[in-house]
Amino acid sequence: MATTVHEPPKIDLDRLPSQGSGNGGWRNLTPANGDLRQLKDSSPPPASTGIWVGLAAITMSFAAFTSALIVRQGAAQDWRHFTLPPVLYLNTLVIVASSVTLELARRQIAAFMGGLRDEGTDKAQAANPARWLYITLFLGLLFVAGQTFAWMQLKSQGFGLATNVSYSFFYVLTVAHAFHVFGGLGGLVRVIVKLNKSVLRRSTLVATSRYWHFMGVLWLYLLLLLWMKL
Amino acid sequence: MHDMSAHAVHHGAPTSFIRKHVFSLDHKVIGKQYYALALVAALLGMFLSWLMRIHLGFGSFAIPGLHLLSSTGAPGNVMTPEYYLQLMTMHGTIMVFFVLTTAPFAAFGNFFLPIQTGAEDMPFPHFNMMSFWVTFAAFLPIVASFFLSDGPTLGGWTQYAPLSAIGSAGGPGEGLGVVLWATSIGLFCIGQLLGSLNFITTTLDMRCKGMSLMRLPLTAWAWFLTSVMGLAAFAVLMPATILLILDHVAGTSFFVASNLVINDHLLPHSGGSTLLWQHLFWFFGHPEVYIAIVPGMGIVSHILITNMRRPMLSHRVLLYSMAALVVLSYMVYGHHMFVSGMNPVSSLAFSFPTLVITIPSTIIVLIWLGSLYGSKLRINSASLFSLGFVSMFISGGVSGFFLAQPSIDIMLHATYFVVGHFHLVMGVAAMFGIFAGTYFWFPKMTGRMMNETLGKVHFWMSFVGAYCIFMPFHYLGIAGNVRRYQAFTDDYLIPLIPVHKFITVAALFTGVAQLIFLYNLIHSRFKGEIAPNDNPWQGTSLEWSTATPPPHNNFGDKMPVVYHDPYQYSVEGASTDYIMQTSPENVHSPDEEK
Repeated sequence: MATTVHEPPKIDLDRLPSQGSGNGGWRNLTPANGDLRQLKDSSPPPASTGIWVGLAAITMSFAAFTSALIVRQGAAQDWRHFTLPPVLYLNTLVIVASSVTLELARRQIAAFMGGLRDEGTDKAQAANPARWLYITLFLGLLFVAGQTFAWMQLKSQGFGLATNVSYSFFYVLTVAHAFHVFGGLGGLVRVIVKLNKSVLRRSTLVATSRYWHFMGVLWLYLLLLLWMKL
Repeated sequence: MHDMSAHAVHHGAPTSFIRKHVFSLDHKVIGKQYYALALVAALLGMFLSWLMRIHLGFGSFAIPGLHLLSSTGAPGNVMTPEYYLQLMTMHGTIMVFFVLTTAPFAAFGNFFLPIQTGAEDMPFPHFNMMSFWVTFAAFLPIVASFFLSDGPTLGGWTQYAPLSAIGSAGGPGEGLGVVLWATSIGLFCIGQLLGSLNFITTTLDMRCKGMSLMRLPLTAWAWFLTSVMGLAAFAVLMPATILLILDHVAGTSFFVASNLVINDHLLPHSGGSTLLWQHLFWFFGHPEVYIAIVPGMGIVSHILITNMRRPMLSHRVLLYSMAALVVLSYMVYGHHMFVSGMNPVSSLAFSFPTLVITIPSTIIVLIWLGSLYGSKLRINSASLFSLGFVSMFISGGVSGFFLAQPSIDIMLHATYFVVGHFHLVMGVAAMFGIFAGTYFWFPKMTGRMMNETLGKVHFWMSFVGAYCIFMPFHYLGIAGNVRRYQAFTDDYLIPLIPVHKFITVAALFTGVAQLIFLYNLIHSRFKGEIAPNDNPWQGTSLEWSTATPPPHNNFGDKMPVVYHDPYQYSVEGASTDYIMQTSPENVHSPDEEK
């Protein structure tokens, strides 16, 4: 390699770590002085990158289920169409509402944290902004309960997992979605616990809410798919 | 934002034995755990291949003690046709998933990716720990299936439907054996998805000061690209295994067609698509080939550069070619299905990108050869295995040109030609990448050197042995020798039996070389020569700038700052023939300005 002698690459040693820079990878290549321990208290971006990576994997899985449904339907002479249980539409309203309440929670937490920083409010008040989070959690549980009701309703009408492949896909897709919603509920509980202990990180809240909104969007997609195909 | 919690990766050094060596959050321990799992799996897989080869070469030979493995599968110590297929299935599954995926990607990647990026650990250490233990849990059903009364599944590592989905009517191991197989692979997918999540975020978010993406070594890039492939591929295979399990345990009909009669028994399934499994499987399966080989490309490039004492002809073109492989790997999966009766237009659509994929592959090979040309390569076990990798990749890759064309593939698909092709290009080549990485990084991982003489003996025996095994496979394939047969009784196959005997002897010989490696590995771990310093190969990347073995947080009190491109060897005007990435020495190449 042809080489010449130059000035060393410029790295500004006096630069302060910017907020949310974590280890200074994706957005900020040059944290203060190379000692990562100084960045302990900033929000790490890995959670916000990581959640997109996780959502990409979930998207691929549901894309696989979708293509399986389309291929299987295309090859089938036994495909049976059926009317979706009406409770699903109610569940749709519930999960959409839960996204709205989560956004309200985020706003209130942001306002509360601003106030906390300015006025030095004590820790006991940290329970207040969790109110909307509890409501979101309740709506999430209500959604899963509603889905369970739909499964039981179909089962009571004699339509089980193996009745026909269209029912198989209905159960597989809705159960797989509900399973992921459970993951989101776990995330919400984690956020509430951390908020109550005043150790909640912004990136944790952002990542959890992205996941939760994604569950809502995924459900809207699945409902449309099931409505069109089943 | 209010924040009192510790940083995700700032977990303290563990003190208890369990947290230190078993349920460890340390990426280096997890990397070693993955290596140990791959080693056990490789020995098991190799043992199975010995059994198969002895049976193929000397069919009536009674293998002493074989009945202990399965009294029904090997009465009188000679395996039944079904048992041959069961061992073949296990060989493929264990080797592809638990060796070729875990060792070059999960084992070396876990140990070295955070160090090479300048991070203290992966960003989600708990997920990382789960990644290994879920993978370990995935290995157990595979091992357990050997102890089923009718043995493991016999459907091949690809588990084509409908055979895989019809239950025990399909033969020994096709009932519970398949359920265990699908459970294992489903779990394996979860483990690798968790690993990929960590690898991607480590590369994007955890780099140290000064470590831009273009300053990452080729190994780090290879692991990053592999994790991107793994993320999409394993996320598709997992749903497929769920559907397969449901066909078994819940009576659904995803993969089994209507009115299927097996052994005079009408199956209750209706309307399933047998091709659906192939689509889902190969959408994963082709990227999986690259998941096995791309880390090896990175490792071999890294080792060759260190031993040539000069960088590759073009770092960037090599990098972009590897990235092109990743993109193309999703567009070619249909070439595994040319014989499925697909529309000729579809065949063409899959054939074209398959031929295109040879372009980046060829560019990579030409960069290796062009860089090696005229270099004063240091000859050691690691560089020899790297050369062996290049050789195997070329030899196995050339037959890919033929197989990419449907008209030729249809003739050769079900023959030993394909077996020879993929064993050389992804099996042996990837294994050579693992060996090269082991000899190269052993001092950093353990603080001791491996025995070079034994390493060279290991290389030459493996190199010659592997060619003696797999080159004749191509000849057998062209002669029409069908694969998956357990005996060669047809008139046209009988003259080929001596070739099979030769291959069997070569396989036993090559296997003995692996036992030498195993001895070298274990002996050197405890009694090997102590590594002379932290940087025995005079390398430049970050793993060589930290202590040996690296401390819990990788770099001690002071995190590294990177000043240079990864491969500053033989730089004019520098005080030594290499400039480490952390060296603030006042020299850099014009490449850095781009």
